[in-house]
Amino acid sequence: MVENGKPILVIGGGMAGMTAAIEAAEAGAHVVLVEKEASLGGRVARTNLYFPKLCPPGCGLEINFRRIKNNPRIEVLTLASVESLSGAPGDYEVRVKLAPRYVTSACTACGECARVCPAERSDEFNLGLSRTKAAYLPHAMAYPAYYVIDRAACPDGCTACQEACRYNAIELDQREEQRTYRASAVIAATGWSPYDATRIENLGYGRLKNVVTNVILERLAAPSGPTGGRILRPSDGKPPESVVFIQCAGSRDENHLPYCSAVCCAASLKQATYVRSLYPEARITIFYIDIRTPGRLEDFYRQAAAGGIELIKGKAAKIEEDAATGDLVVTAEDVMNGRRTAVRASLVVLATGIVPNTEGLPAGFARDEFRFAVNPPGLKGLYAAGCVRRPEEVSATVQDATAAALKALQCAGRSARHA
Amino acid sequence: MPEKIGVYICAGCGIGEAVDTAKLAKLATGELKAASVQVHPYLCGPEGLALIRQDLDGEPRKVDKIVLAACSPRAKTEAFVFPSELVVERVNLREHVAWCQPPGDEDTQMMAEDYLRMGVTKAQKAKAPAPAAEAVSRKIMVVGGGIAGLTAALEAAAAGYEVLLIEKEPRLGGFLASVRKRFPGQPPYIELAADGLKARIEEALYHPKIRVLTSTRIARTDGQPGQFDVTLATAEGELADRVGAIVMATGWKPYDATRLSHLGYGLSPDVITGVELERMAAQGPIRRPSDGKPVSDVVFVQCAGSRDPEHLPYCSSVCCLATLKQTRYIREDSPEAKIYVIYKDIRTPGQYERFYRAAQDDALNFFTKGEVTRVETLSDGRLAVTVTGTPLGADLVIHADLVVLATGMVPNSADGPAIRELKDNQLKVLHSDSAAQRAEAARRVEELKHHENTEILNLGYRQGPDLPVLKYGFPDSHFICFPYETRRTAIYAAGAVRAPMDGARAEEDAAGAALKAIQAVEMAARGEAVHPRAGDLSYPDFFLQRCTQCKRCTEECPFGTLNEDAKGTPQFNVLRCRRCGICMGACPERIINFPNYSVDMIAAMIKSIEVPEEFEEKPRILVFMCENDAYPALDLAGYHRRRYSTYVRVIPLRCLGSLNIVWIADALSRGIDGILLLGCKFGENYQCHFVSGSELANRRMTNVKETLDRLRLESERLRLAEVAINEYDRLPALIDEFASHVAELGPNPYKGF
Repeated sequence: MVENGKPILVIGGGMAGMTAAIEAAEAGAHVVLVEKEASLGGRVARTNLYFPKLCPPGCGLEINFRRIKNNPRIEVLTLASVESLSGAPGDYEVRVKLAPRYVTSACTACGECARVCPAERSDEFNLGLSRTKAAYLPHAMAYPAYYVIDRAACPDGCTACQEACRYNAIELDQREEQRTYRASAVIAATGWSPYDATRIENLGYGRLKNVVTNVILERLAAPSGPTGGRILRPSDGKPPESVVFIQCAGSRDENHLPYCSAVCCAASLKQATYVRSLYPEARITIFYIDIRTPGRLEDFYRQAAAGGIELIKGKAAKIEEDAATGDLVVTAEDVMNGRRTAVRASLVVLATGIVPNTEGLPAGFARDEFRFAVNPPGLKGLYAAGCVRRPEEVSATVQDATAAALKALQCAGRSARHA
Repeated sequence: MPEKIGVYICAGCGIGEAVDTAKLAKLATGELKAASVQVHPYLCGPEGLALIRQDLDGEPRKVDKIVLAACSPRAKTEAFVFPSELVVERVNLREHVAWCQPPGDEDTQMMAEDYLRMGVTKAQKAKAPAPAAEAVSRKIMVVGGGIAGLTAALEAAAAGYEVLLIEKEPRLGGFLASVRKRFPGQPPYIELAADGLKARIEEALYHPKIRVLTSTRIARTDGQPGQFDVTLATAEGELADRVGAIVMATGWKPYDATRLSHLGYGLSPDVITGVELERMAAQGPIRRPSDGKPVSDVVFVQCAGSRDPEHLPYCSSVCCLATLKQTRYIREDSPEAKIYVIYKDIRTPGQYERFYRAAQDDALNFFTKGEVTRVETLSDGRLAVTVTGTPLGADLVIHADLVVLATGMVPNSADGPAIRELKDNQLKVLHSDSAAQRAEAARRVEELKHHENTEILNLGYRQGPDLPVLKYGFPDSHFICFPYETRRTAIYAAGAVRAPMDGARAEEDAAGAALKAIQAVEMAARGEAVHPRAGDLSYPDFFLQRCTQCKRCTEECPFGTLNEDAKGTPQFNVLRCRRCGICMGACPERIINFPNYSVDMIAAMIKSIEVPEEFEEKPRILVFMCENDAYPALDLAGYHRRRYSTYVRVIPLRCLGSLNIVWIADALSRGIDGILLLGCKFGENYQCHFVSGSELANRRMTNVKETLDRLRLESERLRLAEVAINEYDRLPALIDEFASHVAELGPNPYKGF
């Protein structure tokens, strides 16, 4: 596509950003995809299985990575962030900062650097629940499949990796780089972060070992996660006998997130199926305000609920720990029976909500009172897509990103027919 | 002219330590007659690539086909880039040999050598594909002039594309043309939005790139993406046009409230549906239908029909919001009215929660979870609504003068395959010779009768005149990652016909569908396949002289690519094709082949495997695997340095459904001891990206096993397993378990024949 000679710039390489980039590129546009992490995939890559199909995200990621590899119109930048944005629809100037990877594209992902590396670091792919070497591949399916060196974790003066690399792919003196791009349109697909559960003080996260969040449980259930896919409770590594899920942990709460995070109900039902398939005897309880499973997700709710899950309408008031066993007692209201109830659990999962990653979004993008990015009617040139704009599940994110690709394409000047 | 194959062997990443690359080079030069053979310790590096390029630079080229014996074809794709007219074949010596087998072992070497033989054989048999050069129309046809259709039309036009917008009603606008206001989609998410549809309708009517045809239906849609020839039945008569892609935005209809008599519908004029309330609100103030007086006590019954296995098992997604909006209308029209909302769960996702909160703040609104069990008329004409299962314990009886049933959304879709089945059975009833068949056909006709005359697109497709539906009549995508996946190439459903959704979502969905439609015509113009084999230029050739009209290919293509002539000979439509090869797998005559993927090619690869004599006690196991899921999973097993049987030989397939059973016979007659097929999960939650590939392969295997039994060859020598991409952990054990089972069976008795 000739466009007006300028590519579409997409910020964020998670599901929304990847989709926007690929869909626009396959329609004929040139795209620059800017991802802040070392590999693409964002939150989806950290998800064990999708609801309602209970299928692995890697399957769709593999297809999307292949679409990127095969498409010369997409330029992928990793460890990259947008510094500034100026200009007008059809002609933006975007300054991008690239943090050093210390590994070049000569890397073959043979893994020799990690083998010889003497230092370790916290593995952010597993939310800090495991460790990697300072020379590491973000995860086994990472794309681009290049190692990264975490220089902050390197011992002073250590060059072991560099010496071990037969392909001269390691450059320990790499510097940060600045690049300027001209772009016809910019799509912000910067995604979301889990709400900081330590702020929900009555639920004890951070204080009580066996209280975890839903994003942590996702890693505990994943075969590529820190426990190899066995859900074990943090205090003693034992399989849980009873699990309590607490919905709206932060969401629909004026003191935390006044909005509904939209995906947590289906996510907890899904995670209940993880627990059920690993531990057929485990007692599973979900405390909820409303179960929100729109559309055909209702089938999933029905099936999951039939799998022996106790659903109690009511908010959890507090969680206390039995110091001797590490077990927890959840005190909550039981609205339908008009009383308070206390449920003992070996593991509590907080269904924490979605917080938009609008921090650091360049000026020009409007935000609502909850800090979600907004696409005001009639706005041209700058589009937000995916969870940065509203909480939503993966397929809605993809749908939204595909729509954003069209809006961007419209700014790219003439029709794609001149490809 | 004999082909000149260059074989480039990488010794890096542990390959050189695991296998004797010099011996591999000798094999390539000698037995495999390669025109050029190079071994390099870092093939993807500048020096290694220069070695290859050197063989390509001369005139004429020293080699015209390239075999890279290095890492997985999934790796280093950015380094191994060659002119598209060259055949490039990758032999996976890293992930599938060096990283998963004992180094320096005789069996490891044999494995690498076999893979090299297979790769060179494949390259010999392959031709670089030339894209289908077809003239395409870039016009987009949008079916349905409601909010989704209008949006699709305007968005496609804004991107510079011609649009044909057709609507069956005399006017554009659909449901939202007759509402008072819309949901609060913009911050602060509290104020209802003006409908704004009028301006959009005007814009579409006067847009230079949009042609609007109202009171129009589709009489027929023939052809293929880029070349759909549509015949339209308009008020002025028939009209023909050619379009490139189609967005189907036919919207929804309210669930039939007459089936909700248990909720009082029909009992009194003051029991109405939410849609009826909306119509009233659009026209004037809300009044009691019975006497035209203002309302004082209103009960909203949520999930009236929805989330109910007896009616609509799904959630209609928008009724909670619609009711909240309507409580606002009532407040506008009757400030003192009391409003009761009886719900199962209030579903106001995302920022819409704010809107719910605002409604809860209204002191005259009362929300409760509960179930309406009875609606009765009282002697004064008012209504008594009995609610059970509320937090208050005892049943609640509310006296009301208006009851509003929040009925759900039913898609305006047509089930193409079901319509086709109905028609086939109607023909059988008339023409079948057997009375039993006629009776069975009559029974099916009765079951399918409700599909009669439901056609929308009227596609001239052998597999039915409309999109297949997924569930509950929604022609939705089955794929979470790919909501626009379609089983009819270049035809995309959008808006409430695809899934229950509100107007704002429908607009976004329509813009997305418009992008997909644009993309489909652009890719068709380039001769490229669309997702999931996006960009693939290859397509199958049908050698029809040998076709026996068995119709397996036309039946089994998941995308309706093939039509049939009167005799049953397949008629190929290249631009509908998704290049999966399921037709190739289906064909018993082996007459369907791609230039770079053919029955003969895989057969030759099988033949190239060296099968040791029985006394050597080295069984051989052939593994056919899906290249999208099982193959990467095996790569990941390699990355994790998991070991598995050295006796396996892997052949990746575009889809397990492209597996032709002749390969099973070929392999067994070669003396291969066991055959393992690894495909994606099938069944209700299928993961096959070609919909039914792995399931079809499984069905074919059942037949093959019967044949094996007849040949007195143990059918356990053949096994199909479902593997997902994240199961790299389980894969080595699965392979080893099969290998040990095959070892127990002993050698293939046909070995050495």
